[in-house]
Amino acid sequence: MLSKDAKDDDEDHRGVVSVAVGRRRFLTYLVAAPTLTVAARIGLDSGAAAPAHAAIPSPPQLLGETIDLQDLLVIAGLPTAGLLFQIQVNEDNTVSVPLPRAEVGQGLTTAVPMLIAEEMDIPLSSVRMTLADARPELVMGQISGGSSGICTLYDPARAAAAAARARLVATAAQQWGIPSERLTVTDGTIHAPGGRTATYGSLAVAAAKADLSKLVVEPKPESKAKLVGTRATRLDARDIVTGKHTYTHDLNVAGAKPCLMRRPPTIKGTVQAVNNADTVRRMPGVLAVATIPTGVAVLAETFAQALDGVNALDVAWGPGPVDNESDDTVRQKLRRAVGPVGDPPVTLPLGAGSLEAEFDFAFLSHAPLETNAAVADVRSDRAEIWSALQTPIITQETIAKELRLPLHKVTVHVMPSGGSFGRRLFFDAALEAAQISQAMGRPVKLIWHRTDDIRHGRVHPAKYHKVRVNYVRGNVLSYQHWSASVLTSLEHGFGEALTTAVAKIPGIGNESLNQVAFHAMVHCPYNFGVVGQHLHEVNMPIDTGSWRSVWSVNTRGVEEIIVDELARRFKKDPVQFRREFLKDDRQRAVLDKVASEGNWGRSLPAGVAQGLAFHDEMKGVTACLVELDARDQKHPRVTKAVVAVDVGRPINVSGIEAQVLGGLTDGISVALSGGLHLRNGYFLEGSYHNFHYARQKDTPPQVQIFVMPANGRPGGMGEFAVPVSFGAVVNAYRRATGILPTSFPINSDIDWEPYPPGPVPNPPMRPLPPKR
Amino acid sequence: MPSYTFDLNGKPVSVDAPADHPLLWTLRDQLGVTGPKMGCNLDVCKACTCLIDGEAYTTCVTRIADVAGREVTTIEGLADGDKLHPVQEAWLAHDVPQCGFCQPGQIMRTVALLKKTTNPTDAEIDEIENVCRCGTYFRIREAIKSAAEHMPST
Repeated sequence: MLSKDAKDDDEDHRGVVSVAVGRRRFLTYLVAAPTLTVAARIGLDSGAAAPAHAAIPSPPQLLGETIDLQDLLVIAGLPTAGLLFQIQVNEDNTVSVPLPRAEVGQGLTTAVPMLIAEEMDIPLSSVRMTLADARPELVMGQISGGSSGICTLYDPARAAAAAARARLVATAAQQWGIPSERLTVTDGTIHAPGGRTATYGSLAVAAAKADLSKLVVEPKPESKAKLVGTRATRLDARDIVTGKHTYTHDLNVAGAKPCLMRRPPTIKGTVQAVNNADTVRRMPGVLAVATIPTGVAVLAETFAQALDGVNALDVAWGPGPVDNESDDTVRQKLRRAVGPVGDPPVTLPLGAGSLEAEFDFAFLSHAPLETNAAVADVRSDRAEIWSALQTPIITQETIAKELRLPLHKVTVHVMPSGGSFGRRLFFDAALEAAQISQAMGRPVKLIWHRTDDIRHGRVHPAKYHKVRVNYVRGNVLSYQHWSASVLTSLEHGFGEALTTAVAKIPGIGNESLNQVAFHAMVHCPYNFGVVGQHLHEVNMPIDTGSWRSVWSVNTRGVEEIIVDELARRFKKDPVQFRREFLKDDRQRAVLDKVASEGNWGRSLPAGVAQGLAFHDEMKGVTACLVELDARDQKHPRVTKAVVAVDVGRPINVSGIEAQVLGGLTDGISVALSGGLHLRNGYFLEGSYHNFHYARQKDTPPQVQIFVMPANGRPGGMGEFAVPVSFGAVVNAYRRATGILPTSFPINSDIDWEPYPPGPVPNPPMRPLPPKR
Repeated sequence: MPSYTFDLNGKPVSVDAPADHPLLWTLRDQLGVTGPKMGCNLDVCKACTCLIDGEAYTTCVTRIADVAGREVTTIEGLADGDKLHPVQEAWLAHDVPQCGFCQPGQIMRTVALLKKTTNPTDAEIDEIENVCRCGTYFRIREAIKSAAEHMPST
């Protein structure tokens, strides 16, 4: 049913094309208007639902279940959707297409070329996809976030590519006097029935000039797809494995030398005085020293010399606003935010029971492997910025304002990112680099130190969750979930000035946006009677931000733990329990898939157990089954994982599996070992040896991922494997040990010596053994 | 300032640097060789792993003076012209990279491992400490095993 409706969408909407620029060697298409209206899948899911017989139905949650975050981002981008893609056909038969999104490892620079190659009937390798500079004319249409990449680009990319193909074919038809319908295209070459051929490249100039203003196009029906839905290797993989792929850290912009910052001992401390700037300026290799609001910058010939410079600085620091805060004080604030939750306002029938549980979550670092970085070349009348950016438009707007330059005098280049997980929604490195370059009067390449990246970067907020479930005779009457969180900064809004201004309205702006975003992301997939999910936020002056899956990893993760507890109370198998309480067969299909492929219920030694979870978000459904060996409780290990995902129509199957793998590793880390400790205004962790993100030895040597057959429009894939993996790991831990963990990460001991606050640690130089 | 000469990807290079200047920053900032990455500068993440005389070292904690007269191989020196090393080929076959930032270090570490063993066990692969924040570990594991099968016998 879903795929039929999606197909109807394709056929119902016609593209309108206009040639914008005809240059000598190529042509550029601008698609003048949103050519494919996006039909939100409102009601389809519920239409397909097979209500569970035993369960007390919960009405659909308008936000989250009926309309979700992806829909909101699609709607926000609709007015400029037609401007997103400019396809340039080159004489060598390649096409060049700048992507108006970030590439942070999620694989859009392969999946979107697949959509384009499919529509144009060209080889995938013919698509040259770069990252577009900030394009303010896109308004709310150039934000990468919320797993919305494919959702927001699916129609515009196909429309633009279909239009390009139609125009090239029509041009050949005109030249040859043959109706377009009789021409075919293979690998970018147009064929006529008599054997005549022409390449796209050879027609580019003529196609740019041709009068084809009445041309109508429609994208290929799904049934004719040859490339979309297959496995494609990342187009940038060869550059990556040969060391050619260029990140911000690697940029060689003329004169932009490495630059590091000395940052305050505690979060948001202030520079009061720099006592020895001239001494530092005379150190080997040091080129300049400058103070900006967030710290003191040192520019040098090499990163190592800049590091020596920042650590030699003698700075008087003012206190920060959270110097009196530690994990315990934050935890108290979060508990107070929920407050005492009174008895349920219903009289429970005889035989009814109630389940209550509480959970705490630590702060988390995004910790992308490429630390925060930006290159800036600020001159008196213009500026040029390079950085990995998910919100380039507001970056450009903010930097122009900061430098007092007109917007069009600031160019912002978007670089491939060495990871993000939400971190590059914020452009703090770019702003700092601009400030430093302006202060020093020369180009700079600012690279954050890892320890600063953890201590002064953004964090996933600490959280406290409380759940109360009332049930009777095998049915759930009500499910109430209170989530308290340090405020998640959404100050980037939709990536432009207007929504960021809303987000910055004190006391209500960010908070209101978050209520919408929370409910647009999180919904309960079960028939649990009266369902309530509540977000209580505590605004603290700690820089936070969305961390892959945002509220879902905690809220849905907790819910999956509770589901297992309920199954235990009801004396039901966790798979059977979920089957009964889930709302439709699409959900049950992924659950059944992992249960059968993962051999659910197989016999395992004491201390080793299976665990399982389900998740429904971003127009997709997923289930995860893991086996966890907890015989060493200090070092539990997931030994096997089986994941099934139904993300609607898959674009790149290999890319989807990659995102599952990443989400799985995140889920394992958040459950078992990854977390930060806040003490007296700073985070104790300083690198990956104490921020325990999983390494090879912590991850399963057996992983099976099943991508379900195409099922409607494509959903969002970047984040939704995190909550399900977290839930499965915790449920396996519970079954293996008999212990219900209530604080995450489960292993959170500080059995290491924190770096002292202040200077960044020097590398522990190791002598090379003598040559053999 | 002292001068040091060593072989870099098969060609001799000379650099002027303080004796304790880390090799990583000589490679990246003095020689423009940016394949080895910095993820921590603390010998933790291992993204800067290169081969020195065929063995894997983290170059962020290796003194330039110690490298004099030695052979340094970075990710840029692994392929033979357009012909990729079997480990690089395996990385493509298994579509390993996501953001890709750690992968030069992962690949160099694997090359060193496969010099020591032609049939790496899961336990040996578990000893690789290189951080992949995108979580590609399982594909790395599969690629290592597949590369081991395709290494030319020596």
